[in-house]
Amino acid sequence: MWGEPALLGAVILGALILYVLFGGADFGGGVWHLCAVGRRASRQRALIADAIGPIWEANHVWLILVVVVLFTGFPPAYAEISTRFHAPLLALLLAIVARGSAFAFRSASGERTRERRGWGGVFIGGSVASPLLLGMIAAALVAGDVDAGLTPARLGWSGPWLTPFALAAGLFALALCAFLAAVYLTVEAEGAPDLQEDFRRRALASGIVCGVLALATFLLSEAGAPRVYQGLSIRRWSWPLHGATALAAVSALLAVAGRRFRLARLAAAAQVALVVLGWGASQYPFVVVPDLTLAAASAPRATQTLLLATLGAGALVLFPSLRLLFRVFKSRPR
Amino acid sequence: MEGPAADLMFARGQMALSLAFHIVFAAVGVALPALMVVAELLYRRTNDEIYLQLAQRWSKGTAILFAVGAVSGTMLSFELGLLWPRFMAFAGAIIGMPFSLEGFAFFTEAIFLGIYLYGWERVSPRLHLLSGVAVTVSGAFSALFVVLANAWMNVPSGFKVRGGLPVDVKPLAAMFSPGWAVEVVHVLLSSYLATAAAMAAVHAAFLLRDPHSRFHRGALRIAMLFAVPAALLQPLSGDFSARAVAIRQPAKLAALEGQFHTERGAPLRLGGWPDPSTHTTRYALEIPHGLSFLAFHDLHAEVRGLDSFPVDDWPETRVVHVAFQVMVGAGSALALVALWWVGVWWRRRSSGRSMPYPNEDRTLLWAVALSGPLGFLALEAGWTVTEVGRQPWIVYGLIRTGAAVTPVAGLGVPFALVGVVYLGLGIVVAVLLGRLFLKTGAAHVG
Repeated sequence: MWGEPALLGAVILGALILYVLFGGADFGGGVWHLCAVGRRASRQRALIADAIGPIWEANHVWLILVVVVLFTGFPPAYAEISTRFHAPLLALLLAIVARGSAFAFRSASGERTRERRGWGGVFIGGSVASPLLLGMIAAALVAGDVDAGLTPARLGWSGPWLTPFALAAGLFALALCAFLAAVYLTVEAEGAPDLQEDFRRRALASGIVCGVLALATFLLSEAGAPRVYQGLSIRRWSWPLHGATALAAVSALLAVAGRRFRLARLAAAAQVALVVLGWGASQYPFVVVPDLTLAAASAPRATQTLLLATLGAGALVLFPSLRLLFRVFKSRPR
Repeated sequence: MEGPAADLMFARGQMALSLAFHIVFAAVGVALPALMVVAELLYRRTNDEIYLQLAQRWSKGTAILFAVGAVSGTMLSFELGLLWPRFMAFAGAIIGMPFSLEGFAFFTEAIFLGIYLYGWERVSPRLHLLSGVAVTVSGAFSALFVVLANAWMNVPSGFKVRGGLPVDVKPLAAMFSPGWAVEVVHVLLSSYLATAAAMAAVHAAFLLRDPHSRFHRGALRIAMLFAVPAALLQPLSGDFSARAVAIRQPAKLAALEGQFHTERGAPLRLGGWPDPSTHTTRYALEIPHGLSFLAFHDLHAEVRGLDSFPVDDWPETRVVHVAFQVMVGAGSALALVALWWVGVWWRRRSSGRSMPYPNEDRTLLWAVALSGPLGFLALEAGWTVTEVGRQPWIVYGLIRTGAAVTPVAGLGVPFALVGVVYLGLGIVVAVLLGRLFLKTGAAHVG
């Protein structure tokens, strides 16, 4: 079972999990930027900007890593996914471009209030659209053969990413990002109890929304993505996985409620990681459901072996560097 | 416009636009950190505040440019599949390796740039400077890895084809296809040259107005520290590149020189307008035997003309020839300015007066200021030469661009969207950088 294809598949899934844990929280930051209201609105926005500032670029390289490992290790799958999902991927890219540059432009506009607010708006739009689209694309990817004739003859803006199931999954992804960001921000706000309470309330609210949307997505998957539904309900590992996810979710909420913010951060991260893992596991062994399995989409063995070696060597540089980055900016209480 | 021909045109247009846009930010991302690090190093050595201000100003510029470079690069990693899925299905396994390595280099660059930009007060001076060095080094590696992939498209190697599929793939051999080093050096030099020449121009212009500003003199000297060697080495590197193209991509050489007929002792054509219908290049200044000499270092060498290739395999020679003239012209002008700078410095060296000396070097400053855009002009023209010159192939001699394009029809809309977004981004970046770099610097006069 653990040949090169499965290992590379695990790397892709792992990188996706890290992308959601770090990049996803940045998207969630955009949601709370939008929802900043009241007397403390500008302090909330400043906290978000400070939390994201030094790390957002690194956080988003995870996505690039996912893409390059996919096209090196499984070239036909990359080709198929980008053909099938041309329209939503393009929309996702434009959202990513808009939010990334708007964030940098916002910092660069300094004291010019109107300009700052304008870029803030673009940043919010991109931050909301990106996880929504990512969730929709992921859902359409696992749904696979529900709609006949998936490879579009021409670029259409409707498709399997607009089914009720996919929309629910998109909203679920958005809610997860928002929840993750709110929980992280309670820790970032250490030393400012009023801000910490603001984000505690937001974390509780978005956490409950997550639960509702998770249930809705699961129920809709019966019709929208039978294979996922099956995968999520009857496989040997499915109930332990759900159990672990639920446990993490409940612990995260309880910890937030009890103001154990560092514990909550850990539990929330575990919860989100398990959700992404569940998504990946439900489509195993397919990369593109139902056309390409990991094995069928594999690049020649020489490439996969060398790629794994490269990833291992790269990790030796990457993880210590990341650790340094987070130690510098995330270790001290503010 | 409708139909496959229009879609291919839109796909090529979108790719060209995305590459032309990204390459500017990529080049700056490679070179500006180096200037920034030198400024900080000088500050740590001399404790002179102007160098600190300079390092901080350049790091603010890097923050904006790197962000746009990062997102436009993300865009490209997807566009390879959105526009050219059949190319990627074939080539992913062969050239994915350099892209994966680039992923790591880019990761390192982003991490240490975060520490550099936001860590002025949070990390020790030593770690701060080292982060800047890490950004500079990983930026150069990013460029190296991406160019390796491009070198493979020009000279595919490290695999065999059976039944339309790559077999016997040797990823390491593919990564270092013949001619990789020549192209990598040319691209790295172009990044340093374009960025440093543009920065030098800004500060030279300020010095013309305010000749005694120590801030602008310091900035200009650092910029010229990179621009002068790069400008002088680039023609040499260009010579190596042209000879590599002559051997491995003869059709590209013929197109960029406007050489329609195979001949011995071929002339070098300066300027001119190639006319594919009559197979002549008109209005060019011809230097007898020049091309044979430059391409093969032999006055009587035979140079293959376009007529030795099927017409279907010709690149758009008008675009390629003109772009090549622009690149060589701009590069030569920069090299002349660099020589001038070196000449003045040489004469000055015993007198103990540093460069540029207030009120003495005004003509030279004018030349530096006016040649500022030439580096980026040459850079864009050079990429036009190599990319349009490879057409009609996406992988030279193996896969035609038209066969690699996505089956998805209706690509006019994405082309228009991407065009509008990049136009807008370009304008915003120009305004923001204008604010940052065109500040008079009066407050900085030390």
